[in-house]
Amino acid sequence: MIIEKIKAANLRGCGGAGFPTALKWEMVRDAPGEKKYVICNVSEGEPAVTKDGYLLAKHPEIVIDGVKLALSAIKGSLGIIYLRKDYYKKHKTRLKSLAAGSPIELFEETCGYLGGEETTLLEVIEGNRAEPRFKPPYPPQSGLRGCPTLINNLETFFWVAKIASGEYIGNRFYTICGDVKNPGVFELNKDYPIVKILRETGNLPAFEFFVQAGGGASGQILLESELNQPLCGAGSIAVFDKKKTNLCGLMKKWSRFFINENCGKCVPCREGVYRLDEMLKDGAFDAESAKAIIAVLKETSFCPFGRGVANSFESLINKLWNQNK
Amino acid sequence: MESEQIEIMIDGRSVKAQAGKSILEAAAAANIEIPALCHHPDLAVRANCRICVVEIVGEKGVVPACATKIRQGMQIITDNDRLRALRKTNLELIMSQHREECADCVWLAECRLLKYVTQFKAKIDRFSDRKKKFATYKFGPIEFDRSKCIDCRNCVEICSRQQANFLELKNKGFRTVIEPSYDPKKDCIYCGQCIVHCPVGAIEAVGEFEEIRNLLADKKKVMVVQFAPSIRASIGEAAGMPYGSVVTGQLVAGLKKLGFNKVFDVSTAADFTTIEEAEELVDRISQKKILPMFTSCCPAWVKYVEFYRPDLIPNLTSVKSPQNMLGSLIKTYWAQKEKIDPRNIVVVSIMPCTAKKYEIEKPEARINGLKPIDTVLTTRELGRLFRLNKIDLKSLKAESADDPLGVHTGAGVIYGATGGVMESAIRTAYWRLTGKNMADLACTSVRGIVGFKKAQVKIGDLTLKAAVANGMENAKLILDELAEDPKAYDYIEIMACPGGCIGGGGQPLPVSDEIRKKRAQALYQIDCEKEVRVAHENPQVLKIYDDFFAKDQKKIHHILHTRYKQKQKSRIATIRQKD
Repeated sequence: MIIEKIKAANLRGCGGAGFPTALKWEMVRDAPGEKKYVICNVSEGEPAVTKDGYLLAKHPEIVIDGVKLALSAIKGSLGIIYLRKDYYKKHKTRLKSLAAGSPIELFEETCGYLGGEETTLLEVIEGNRAEPRFKPPYPPQSGLRGCPTLINNLETFFWVAKIASGEYIGNRFYTICGDVKNPGVFELNKDYPIVKILRETGNLPAFEFFVQAGGGASGQILLESELNQPLCGAGSIAVFDKKKTNLCGLMKKWSRFFINENCGKCVPCREGVYRLDEMLKDGAFDAESAKAIIAVLKETSFCPFGRGVANSFESLINKLWNQNK
Repeated sequence: MESEQIEIMIDGRSVKAQAGKSILEAAAAANIEIPALCHHPDLAVRANCRICVVEIVGEKGVVPACATKIRQGMQIITDNDRLRALRKTNLELIMSQHREECADCVWLAECRLLKYVTQFKAKIDRFSDRKKKFATYKFGPIEFDRSKCIDCRNCVEICSRQQANFLELKNKGFRTVIEPSYDPKKDCIYCGQCIVHCPVGAIEAVGEFEEIRNLLADKKKVMVVQFAPSIRASIGEAAGMPYGSVVTGQLVAGLKKLGFNKVFDVSTAADFTTIEEAEELVDRISQKKILPMFTSCCPAWVKYVEFYRPDLIPNLTSVKSPQNMLGSLIKTYWAQKEKIDPRNIVVVSIMPCTAKKYEIEKPEARINGLKPIDTVLTTRELGRLFRLNKIDLKSLKAESADDPLGVHTGAGVIYGATGGVMESAIRTAYWRLTGKNMADLACTSVRGIVGFKKAQVKIGDLTLKAAVANGMENAKLILDELAEDPKAYDYIEIMACPGGCIGGGGQPLPVSDEIRKKRAQALYQIDCEKEVRVAHENPQVLKIYDDFFAKDQKKIHHILHTRYKQKQKSRIATIRQKD
């Protein structure tokens, strides 16, 4: 049984949250319901992360195999490959031919970053406003059109197929970018410390630097002294030259991204991001004021989006802002 | 399952609560107030203001109390430094969307924003008002000032449930806006439910205080005021009295103190409406004319029919609504009796309703070229007028409405609650068909704030199939049923607002099922205590029929009946914010 194999391989979701994959599959398999859905999430909206696009171009057949494994493990399920617009345009023909004969459909997503959040994804497929749902119920209980739904990141399905063929050795994909010599997508052991990943890929800088790990917008800032840990969150490591990086400029890049991508549903995200952006735009960034906003983003926002905003801002302010001044 | 009691702890206090309830509901039931802004008991839980956050012992984060269900043994903390700090910042962010104009707000003393700002020591000017240049939209009698809107979306939901789908949510992020629809197939029905569901007073009815004050100063005019059945059960709230207080006498005294020459009661006109409507119903049934017959007292429902369902216009009773009925009688019968030129009479109408402001403007409502009513004030507006003039209803000695248009029956009072028009008409139709009054006048099957009620009433050989709906989402259920089976009902009463007029868009804030129930109960209590409870026994009404109308059907039709016309989309005006 594939689920037993996934459990033995201890695979966790590769989208960022790291939920145990076998457990999720079991939840959907065991949930009552005649009709179920299996959704392959290829929204890949986080800046600096391109590994799903890379896999889609290089190994679409393995990804489709992974989805098919889920369809056979979950009785009565239909498959949907949920692709961000440019990926859809680029890969639809190939994916359609690979999926031919199985109950797999493609869905073209147009709403950007938030469209990758799993409950927002459900709303989008149902044709509603791109906004998150309240949880519980969780998608494995009640997802698309009220049916139990399995949502996994594309890379997760890729590794499931590798587990089935006996080729999984505990790797994951890393996108490395920023002030590095050798940017790109790399396959390495999932438990490697970040410093080792940089070294092995020829990307460990000789200058003073810091990284943003786990997403180019929502990932947290890690100092050189903190790189002895494996990567958490989305599979990206962006390297910044400490001397050359303008911290306000970096935060402004984030705030611009978040202000354009947030849905507007809850107060902390809609208004908090607006105010962070305003402070950075006016060059009047006040860390103390920002901290109060970051606190409500972290603790009271409706969905993970707000916590992501807090993650990057809070780590930068705590680790770099004061010493910078 | 739902009624199962479980035990939880709130702030160290053991509380028994109904399983399935949210933390917010369970706390409220135990009289523990958790601050909340976007939550409204009538609406779905949206959980977007993030003010009601609480801690659960054993859990790391905070959760919104409105959207989190209680569990056996749950230990909830509703107040500590962490929660206060979070609420403070979220309030400051909310205030940064809301231009304050407190002196002219429908919430007044009941404003939760101000209460929480004080409670959490929030700085209302921590951030600049980002919406201060946002325009105000005006459509019919409704004004939506977007510089006060906090994007909670309550209005969008209620507008959709009211079947108008007129207020729309557009764009995303901080660019999110709520706007009136420019779709020619959508229009506002003026029910005003958006007003009573907006937590921050961004929407209000077009006020006319200034005009009234000027008019009251004009000694050449005869100032007449009339008040709707439901006002007597709700205006007390504006004076700080408990929900469901009956203040008919004080209301009359207050209106006299304001300077009105005559105070009439719309319940009297409701007795005319009942008699005419029962007559029309009997005629439609016996002559096999168009059925079902719909009531037309509710102008928001009529606007819905005239705009969205003009095919149903022939089904609307031609009888005037009590408001326009009384205005028409004042400017014909009463003017003649008092030998006053009707052009010198100003009729001000106190209504629980915003759509009533629209009803008086309809060209087809004119009586001999004059508007039947000159100005409509909502209950809220009257409450403010009393306050501005330092009139405190609690301290006034009760007075009676003036003769002859102040004498009414119990039937005329229950018009203010859902099912009341139907019940009154059934009482009179029964008498009309059988020659005697019903043994038990209380038609309990059509009472109560349940959204959609059906009843089969035996009248002699006839079984009348009746239906009553309050709230347009329930009206829609009836319309859907009629699409399947056009003969499902003979007589249908529809009130656009939840609970009928007692839940109207012009009533004091706040409102909920509990409050609507208390207001309705007050009206039924008045009916119960009235000696005359059937419209056809109102002595003054019968006298006017004899003396003034003298069986002149043409005259009756001219004064007591109206017409309806298909309506086109009305204009949306945009008013720029003054600096």
